[in-house]
Amino acid sequence: MWDWEYTWSILPKLLEVIPITLAITIAGFIIACVLGLPIALAKRSHRKWIALPVSAVAEFIRCTPLIIQLFVLVFVLPQSLGITLSPIVAGIAGLGIHYSTYLAEVYRSGIESVPKGQWEAAKALNFNHKTTWLNIVFPQSIPPTIPVMGNYLIVMFKETPTMSAITVVELLMTAKELGSQSFKYLEALTLVGVIFLALSYSSSLLVRRVERRMKQKERSGLAK
Amino acid sequence: MDLLSLDLLPPLLKGLKITLLLTIYSIALALCIAFLTGLARLSNFTIIRVMAMVYVEIFRGTSLLVQLFWMYFALPVLLDIHLSAMSAAVIALGLNYGAYGSEVVRSSILAVPKGQIEASISLNFTPLQRMRRIILPQAWVMMLPGFGNLQIELLKGTSLVYLITLTDLTYQGMMLRSYDMSQTTAIFIWLLFFYFITSYLLTLLIRLAERRAVVGRGI
Amino acid sequence: MIQNIPSTIAKPIVRYRNITKSFGDHTVLKELDLDILPGEVIALIGPSGSGKTTIARLLMTLEKPSSGTIEVNGEMLWHEEKRGKLVWANEKHLHRVRSSIGMVFQHFNLFPHMTILRNVMEGLIQVHKIPKVKAEHQALEMLSRVGLQDHILHYPVQLSGGQKQRVAIARALVMQPQIMLFDEVTSALDPELVEEVLEVIKGIAAEGNMAMMLITHEMDFAKDIADRVLFTDGGIIVEQGTPQQIFEDPQSPRLQAFLTRFLKGRTDIVVNDQVAAGAK
Repeated sequence: MWDWEYTWSILPKLLEVIPITLAITIAGFIIACVLGLPIALAKRSHRKWIALPVSAVAEFIRCTPLIIQLFVLVFVLPQSLGITLSPIVAGIAGLGIHYSTYLAEVYRSGIESVPKGQWEAAKALNFNHKTTWLNIVFPQSIPPTIPVMGNYLIVMFKETPTMSAITVVELLMTAKELGSQSFKYLEALTLVGVIFLALSYSSSLLVRRVERRMKQKERSGLAK
Repeated sequence: MDLLSLDLLPPLLKGLKITLLLTIYSIALALCIAFLTGLARLSNFTIIRVMAMVYVEIFRGTSLLVQLFWMYFALPVLLDIHLSAMSAAVIALGLNYGAYGSEVVRSSILAVPKGQIEASISLNFTPLQRMRRIILPQAWVMMLPGFGNLQIELLKGTSLVYLITLTDLTYQGMMLRSYDMSQTTAIFIWLLFFYFITSYLLTLLIRLAERRAVVGRGI
Repeated sequence: MIQNIPSTIAKPIVRYRNITKSFGDHTVLKELDLDILPGEVIALIGPSGSGKTTIARLLMTLEKPSSGTIEVNGEMLWHEEKRGKLVWANEKHLHRVRSSIGMVFQHFNLFPHMTILRNVMEGLIQVHKIPKVKAEHQALEMLSRVGLQDHILHYPVQLSGGQKQRVAIARALVMQPQIMLFDEVTSALDPELVEEVLEVIKGIAAEGNMAMMLITHEMDFAKDIADRVLFTDGGIIVEQGTPQQIFEDPQSPRLQAFLTRFLKGRTDIVVNDQVAAGAK
C-alpha cells in the first residue's frame, strides 16, 4: 500500500518548494503587519467617517473566504480595472490583505490592554500625543502581542495551500502534480501533511516558549 | 456588464444550499468533537490526555486544504474505501475545527473560578453533577465568543471544497465563469455577497445564543 | 504543644490525628491534633498564613493531607483500610463521609447562573434527591430564616455582599450538616455589612445542635459565641482555651504579641477604609 521507495523519490521535489512557500508566507505577513496598524488606528478613531467605513470593509474582508478574494485579484482586477497581477503577487497581496484585518484586531487589543490610568498619567504629566504613544502606549502594548503575531504567522503559513487554486506552485500544488503523474496521492499528500506539521508545530513550540519567557519576565518585573 | 444579472442566481443558490448544508453538518460534527476532545484533555488518565493532544496538534499543525485533499484522495487508497466528496469534506472540516474548538472548551472549563468547584464539593455534588450543573453552564457562556469566531472560519473553509469537486457556492461561481467570462465581476460580487450574508447570519445566531445564555443573570 | 482536652466525655465528631500539610517545601500545618465535639463552637484565630484556613479545607476535602488522618463520626475521611493498610479513599467514600460537613466561604462562591432560590435548592435536589416542590419549600423556609425571602428570584450579582453571604449560609445550612465550617466569612465584606452576617451566625450558634468551626478575624465575635478559641501560628496550635482564657489571660508570648498587634491593626483597617471611602 505505502511505497517507501516512491516516497523517498518525491521527497526532494517537495522540499524544493519549501523556500518559496516560506517566502510567500513572510512577504504576506509583512504586508499584513504593516497594513494592520492603520486599520487598527482607523477603527479606534473618534472620527466616525473614518472609523465606520474602515470597520465595515475590514469586517467584510474577514467574513469572506480568502480563496474568493484571490480569485477577485486574479480574475476581476484585469477585467474591471485592467490590472494584471502574476499569481504569486496576487497570492501574497491577497494573503497580506486578508490577514491585515486579523492583525488589526491584535493591535487593537494590545492598545486597549494598556490601562486607562496610564493614559491619564500621561495626560497629567502633560505629555504630547507623540510622546504618549511612543513612550507610554507602544512599549506596553507591543510585548503582549508578539506571541499572538507569531501564531498568525503560523496560521498564514498553513493558508498557503489555498494559493494552489490560483496556480501558485507551493507544497500542495507540487504534491498534486506528483500525484497525478503516478496516481499515488497517498504518499505525496501525507508527506505534505508531515512537512506542514513539522514546520508549524516546531514554530508553535517556539512561540509558546517566547510567551512563557515573557510571562516570567513580567512576573519577575512585578516582584521587583 | 449587468451587475444584477439575475440569471446567475438559480445556479448560485443551488451552490449556496450545498454550502449551507456542509456548514451545518460540519459545525455539528466539530461541536461534538470539540466537547469530547476538550474534556479528554482535562482527563485524569494520561493516555486519554496524550491521545487528545496528539489529535489536536496534528489537525492544528497541518493545513485544512491538505486535510481535505488527504481525506478525499489519500484516505480511500489507504483504507480501500469510497468516500463521497461531501463525506470527506464534513470529516475534514469537523476534525479540523473540532481540534480548534477543543481548545475553546478546555480553556473555558479551566476559566470557571475554582471557588465554584469548591462550593459544589462542599454541597457534596458528585463529579458528574459538578460538571453538568455548575461547570458546564458557566463555561458555555465563555465558549460562545470563541465558537462564534470558529463558525465564521469554518464557513470560509467550506469554500475550499470546490477543489475536491463538491458543487458548493464557489464551484457554481467558477462554472458560471467558465461559460461566460464577461460575467466574472458580477459572479464574484454575488459570491462575496452570499458568503458575507451567511457569516453575518451565523454571527447573529451566536449573539442570540449569548443573550439566552446570560438571561436573568444581570451581567 | 498544649494537648487538646475534651471538656466532656462525649465522643468527638471530628478528630484530626497527626495532620501535616505541605505545599511544595512550605509546611502549612505541622502534626496537628484536634478534636471537635458535637455541637461545639470553636473559633480559630491567628495571623494570615498560620494554617487556619487549611484546617477547614482539609476537613471539607478541598485539600489532601500530606500525612495523618481525619475521622468524622469515627470513620476515616481521607483514607480507607484495605488488608490492614491505609489507602486513599475513592470519590464514593468521600461522598458518603462528606455529607455531614458544610462550608461557607470567604468569597461566597454562589452559583452565578442560578437564582437565589435555585442556589439553595440545588443541593437538596441533586444530592439529597428531594422532590422539587419539597426542596423549594425547605429552601424558602431557610431563606426567610436569613431574612432574604424577598429576594428569592434574584441572581447573585443583584445582591450586596452581606446578602450573598447570608444566601451562602442558607445554602450550606439547608443540607443539615453536623459540622459547619465558616472560613473568614466576613473578610470580603464592606464593614457596614459585617454585622448582618454575624447576627445570622450567632442565631445558628444559639440553637446549639450543630458543631461549628469559625475562622475569623472578628475577635469580639469569637469571644461572644465560641465555646473554645484556638490560636494558630506557624502551622501549629499554640494555645487554646475558653474565650476568657485566650483573650484576657493569654499565656504564650506569640498570642500576646498577636493580640496587641491585632488591636493596633484593627485601627489601621478602619483608617484604610476611610481613606478608601474618601477616594471614591
